[in-house]
Amino acid sequence: MPASNFHVEFSGVGVRIGMATILRDVELTVAPGESLGLFGANGAGKTTLLRVVATLLKPSGGSARVLGVNLDSPDRFDVRPRLGLIGHSPALYPELSLLANLEFAARVSGVSLAAAAEALRAVGMEQAADRPAGEASFGMQRRVEFAREIMLQPDLLLLDEPHSALDPSAIELVEHIVAGVLQRSGAVVLVSHDVDRVAPMVTRTAELRGGTIQ
Amino acid sequence: MNSGFWRQAMAVARRDLERERHAGEVVWVTIPFGAIALLLVPLAVGINQDVLSRIGTGMLFVVVMLFGVLTSIRRTNIETPPQRDAIALLGIDPVAEFAGKTAASAVVLLVFEVVMAAVAVALYGIDISGWWWMIIVLPLTAIGLAELGTISGAIAASVQAGPALVPLLVTPLAIPLLLGATQTVENIDPDGGNLSWLVLMAIVVLVLAIVGVLTARPLQETR
Repeated sequence: MPASNFHVEFSGVGVRIGMATILRDVELTVAPGESLGLFGANGAGKTTLLRVVATLLKPSGGSARVLGVNLDSPDRFDVRPRLGLIGHSPALYPELSLLANLEFAARVSGVSLAAAAEALRAVGMEQAADRPAGEASFGMQRRVEFAREIMLQPDLLLLDEPHSALDPSAIELVEHIVAGVLQRSGAVVLVSHDVDRVAPMVTRTAELRGGTIQ
Repeated sequence: MNSGFWRQAMAVARRDLERERHAGEVVWVTIPFGAIALLLVPLAVGINQDVLSRIGTGMLFVVVMLFGVLTSIRRTNIETPPQRDAIALLGIDPVAEFAGKTAASAVVLLVFEVVMAAVAVALYGIDISGWWWMIIVLPLTAIGLAELGTISGAIAASVQAGPALVPLLVTPLAIPLLLGATQTVENIDPDGGNLSWLVLMAIVVLVLAIVGVLTARPLQETR
């Protein structure tokens, strides 16, 4: 198969979980430097599609390539460090401090601990560095997840309802992070049910309805 | 195995030990309950020193096994699906994750075992003349139980059965470890006659390590 010019290239992708068809015949491309806003009602399959793009869920059918790698091949594991995902719920460890959470990601990824502290400063959380994540508000935890993406600099950033529970300054932060990824010729897929809030951050939109892109 | 593997394994072990240090579940909950369990037996069978010294070693390892299962259940509970996704996307080697989790669990279990052994000696009046075997037996038991707990936790997460499945998986598979540990310490033989029990334990630990390595990737992918 020739090398792909797209960061995401899906053709006829379907996902079945048990007896339920969640996605069917999804045709989707996202080019470098592009920010795609994916909209749809609850249950339309937005989060499932995002998980497929994140290589966390294998498609049941069709052809899917992410960052040039076919998702059927074992190489998909190698692509993961180049992906960033901020999902519905924070993925922090509640017992660890906000900084320790970032430092864990830094150690695993081979990034310096100084970069973790710098990323925490970039999201305005340096004063709360030692606070256990379990005692931080949802919005603070979200900011730390944004800091993780600033630190790891993914080529493909996936955001699931990024505006939830964020104050206006944090929303500006999301816009800044998205702009940073695009400047590096990365790409962003942003899932939301709120078209108006996401519109300033996307270069293109698509609607998911009944498990397929309209 | 490259430096990235060891870096990731150490990061996972450090994370789990840090979490345990902050939560303090083993120190403040499991160890006191284990000590109480050891205390209940003399109350139940009566304070007959002969009986107690005879059953002491067996009781110690029964308590270690049962509370080892509890620790495994706890460790299964502490990882949420978003945390698992985040781990996968950090590109962590599943075998490094297995090694790191097992190492952290083994350290926690070893601390538990050492405290329980001291309590058992104090309560049961066990003859400690041959207890130098413990230097080998306790780490082997801790590593074996930690491997079992890590594998069982991953299986439970994979089939989305929750923590209820973990004791069902761990308890029967821990029997060779329990037998090996008890028999090694109880049948102390200066000529090395109890070496066969140690070999059994070592084989169990090795087999579990192989199973853990071989199943790490498939279990990470299906959880």
